[in-house]
Formats: sequence, structure tokens, C-alpha cells
Amino acid sequence: MTAPSTGGASRDGYGKGLLRIAEDPRVVVLEADLGKSTKSCHFRDQYPDRTVSLGIAEQNMMLVAAGMASSGKIPFASTFAIFTERAFEQVRNGIARPGLPVHICGSHGGIHTGSDGSSAQSIEDLAIYRTIPKMTVVHPCDDISAEELTAQLLELNGPSYMRTTRNKVPRMYEDGEKLRIGEGSVLREGGDIAIFSCGVMVGEAMAASDTLSAEGIECTVVDMHTIKPLDEILISKLATRCGCFVSAEDHSVVGGLGGAISEWIAANSLVPLETVGVKDIFGQSGASMELMEMMGLTESDICEAARRSVERKNRL
Amino acid sequence: MGDGAEVDVSELEEMARRCRIDILKMTHAAKSGHPGGSLSAIDSMVAIYGTCLRFDTSNPDWEDRDRFIMSKGHASPAMYAILHQMGVLDEDDIMGFRTLGSVCQGHVDMNWTKGVDFSAGSLGMGLSFGLGCAISAKMDSSGRKIWVMLGDGETQEGQIWEAAMAASYHNASNLRVIVDRNRIQNDDFMDVQMEIGDVGEKFRSFGWKVKEVDGHDMTSLVEVVDWANREDGGPVAIVANTIKGNGVSFMENNPSFHGKAPDDEELRIALGELA
Repeated sequence: MTAPSTGGASRDGYGKGLLRIAEDPRVVVLEADLGKSTKSCHFRDQYPDRTVSLGIAEQNMMLVAAGMASSGKIPFASTFAIFTERAFEQVRNGIARPGLPVHICGSHGGIHTGSDGSSAQSIEDLAIYRTIPKMTVVHPCDDISAEELTAQLLELNGPSYMRTTRNKVPRMYEDGEKLRIGEGSVLREGGDIAIFSCGVMVGEAMAASDTLSAEGIECTVVDMHTIKPLDEILISKLATRCGCFVSAEDHSVVGGLGGAISEWIAANSLVPLETVGVKDIFGQSGASMELMEMMGLTESDICEAARRSVERKNRL
Repeated sequence: MGDGAEVDVSELEEMARRCRIDILKMTHAAKSGHPGGSLSAIDSMVAIYGTCLRFDTSNPDWEDRDRFIMSKGHASPAMYAILHQMGVLDEDDIMGFRTLGSVCQGHVDMNWTKGVDFSAGSLGMGLSFGLGCAISAKMDSSGRKIWVMLGDGETQEGQIWEAAMAASYHNASNLRVIVDRNRIQNDDFMDVQMEIGDVGEKFRSFGWKVKEVDGHDMTSLVEVVDWANREDGGPVAIVANTIKGNGVSFMENNPSFHGKAPDDEELRIALGELA
């Protein structure tokens, strides 16, 4: 089974988003031999004079981007999510510490990437970038939202990391009008449980909410596209309204969206939370949906987690 | 600076002497810091700042200034000494070196200190940053030039050579590197730790134009800096053969003063030698 052939891949949205903001002469694009994959290639085709090709050398790319940002440019630097991690310290020390507006895009994030195998499946990127002060961390769920959020990065006066994904998934948005960086998007409202999801798991969460609704469990489904800063106002509101949570992400259960919500819970309100994510193991080669099933990242895993969370709430 | 006026070498030598005194006083006051690599780099920096760097001391944030990227950021006392001697920092600033809230952080930091163009501290990153500045200047059709100070030990970092390769490919003719070739790194002499061989030849093999110079002979430094400043055929590297701790007898060629400040008695002797 392969990924759905219709809908949109968030990496395509990144490519379109760059074209949307290209009229701003400060925007420059940096590539490390993966522009065709991350989709910055479309910007490169139209604006070769504002595209810097740096070869397979990600550490250098991050600091070249920092130097350009210090010179008044707004660099968008992309490679595979996993290869941004090679330059983690460069991002930390060279970009984030001075607070330079460099926007890093890591594409092909998560297990969903599929047959390239575990070396390509970044399952820790959201966690590591979330630990860096001043960083905004974004993970859109489809091409429409990725395009909008990419365009909004232009106004962000600081560094960011955006994870995109390789494969097409069903679209969650018709347009990006109501999307705002830092604000979770409520896609469905229900009073029994809140499911916070990001990336390819948003579609799975929406499908799960249909199944759960048929069982009498009404879900609020949130596209938590911004992992940092965390939308604490929304979480607080839904803690009061729903009283139990599920997090769903194609990422390790350690330190990502589930981790961020766990931290909020520990500090604020003891709301039951069940985390759906990669359970601290590496993946392997396989088709996307085969892997998602094997790793426990499907609609049915979300349903089971939701039932457990509701049960825990009812026992309180 | 950078007005093309006749260079008075003796004035530059005097500025370097005053900078050395600043380096010793601020590391002594902080009881920490890196005097050895600051004393080896300072003559080159005075030659660059004193003859060609386009930099407005009354407006250090001037967008079209030349950039000086202190990649060997632990040699921050040299940077602060230059900025002090040029009037950007005052005596209180440099004597607060490494203390809480000071504008003179342990490693150079562009967010803390006016006149600092790069936040260093992790070696191997400054050449890439300088290349980003150089590419931006070309995009802007600006004549601003980018100088990057590297430590020789720092060239053990692979990222330096990623940047060297990219600078050549992108024909960064506005990028100038100076390698402070003092042959000592943190733990010991480089030939004990991991000798890098002919660093100039390495840059040459990446397509750079390279000259070597006695990094403590001001007349030679002024000449080679002038050559580098005028060169327009691609990226340029100067290998400055230097002595770690230069100017203070007991610090010279002494690995223990890489990261150790002079104590009271050592400061007294050192200042006597520089009087």
C-alpha cells in the first residue's frame, strides 16, 4: 500500500510558499543538492540570482544562511529533515543564538517517508529544534497549510524550523486564510476529548474522529501545526472543555508534540494524555502505510488511544 | 578607517602594543580567557583595521561596512582591545570582560558588543558565515569586503573546507581569510595533537590565492593586507606565521597560555616588557 495519490504533500506547499513571497527581494533560497526534493527548485528556476547552491554540505549551508541573514537577507534553507540534524550545533550556535531570521525546512520528515529506510526517517527533529531558545517549530499537515505557513515565516523576526513531508496526503484545508503560526487550528469540535495532531497524522486524527463519533465519543481535532511556541491558550481551553487528550505525530513520543503537551500538563492541569507516535525505536524500509501500521501511527491507533484517555478521565 | 591615507607603520605598532596591554589587563581582571591566541592574532588585526577596513566607529552598525568575522572567537580579548583602541568600547567595558552582564562576553558575540559582526565560540563556523556575507554583498552590488580571522587549529574542522570549496565555486572575490598560524592549539602543539601541514597549499588547492607573511612584522603585514584588499580574482587567504603569546616572553610559544590568564606577578612582568 502506498500513500494516497491525490491531495497534497507539504513539501509542495513549501515550494509554492517560496514563490508567493519571492517578490520580496530579501528572500533568498539555499540548497544542499536536494532542491528537487524539498521543492525549492521552483524558486531556483525562476530566481537563480537569489538561489545559492552549496552542494552536499549542510553545516556550511546553515552558516552561509546566517551570514546572509546578518546582511539583511531572509534565507530559506532546505534539505532533508534528517540532514538538518547533522548541522544541529550550527543551527543552535550560528543561527538561533544570535536570533537571525533563517528559515530551515527539513523535508521528508517522519516514518511516512517510507522506503529509503531508517537513515532517512527523522523522528527526532521536532524535539531537538524545540529545545533551542528563540526557535519557532512548525509542521504543516498538507500542501495548502504548508504554503500559507511558509509565507507567514517572512514576517517572523527570528529563526524557524519547518518539517515537511514527502508523500501526498488528503488535504485538510481549502485555503490557508485562517491559519496563523502559533495558533492551533481547530478542524472539528467535540466535547469528549481533544486530539492534538500534526503533519500526516492530522488526516488520521480526522478519520479517527469519525469512527469515535459513531461510538458516541465526540472529538475536538486540532491541527497543532506550530509545536513551538505551543498554543497554551487553546490547550488550556480544551483541558477545561474536553478533560482528556490524545497527541498524534509521526515523530518520537519523546520530546515532540506529545512531549510539549506533557510538559504543559505537568505544570498546569492533570489532564489524561495518551501519546500516539514512534515509540522510541528506529524504522526500516517499506511502503508508507505499511510502516505507519507497524509503528502504531494509524487512525485505529488514535482511536484506541482516545478510548483509553476517555476511560482514564471517567475514572478521575 | 579605509580612507587610503598613507600608512604610518610605527603608529600601527604602537596601537598593537596598547592592544597587547589591554589583552593582558582584561584577562588578568577576569582571571580567565585566552591571552595566547589573542597576542598572536593582534598584529594582523591591527594591520587590517588600521589600514583598510571600512568601518565607522561612530556608527558600528553601518549596513555597508566591511565585515570582520572573528571565527576564532576565544581570542575575543584581541577583538575587544581593537574596539577599545578605536573608541567603540571604553575601559570599563573591557575590564568587565567575562563578568555577568558585560558587553564583553567570553567569546565574541554580535548581540552583545557593538562592532562585532559574528557570534563565535564554536570553531569552524566563521568562514561559512563570512561567505554568506560575501555572497550577500555581491547580490547587493556592494563593494564591501569580508575579512575572516581563522585559527590554525580551527582548520581541523571540516566545515572550514566545505566553506573554502564553496567560496571558490561562488567566486567570492570579496572574501579574505587570515590564518593565525601559531602552531599551538588547546591541548598542546599542533604537531602533537594533529598537524595540518601546509595550510596555504590547502587553500590554494581549493582555488584560493594565498600569500604567507610574518604575522608580527607590521611592514610586511601592511603590504600583504594591501595586496589582499586589492585582489579581485577570487577568494584570498593570508597565512600569518605567528608566535602564540607574542610580545610576552614567558607566554611565547607556551601552550599553557592558550586558555590561562596571567596572575598578578605575571601581569606585572608582562606589562614591564611591553612598557
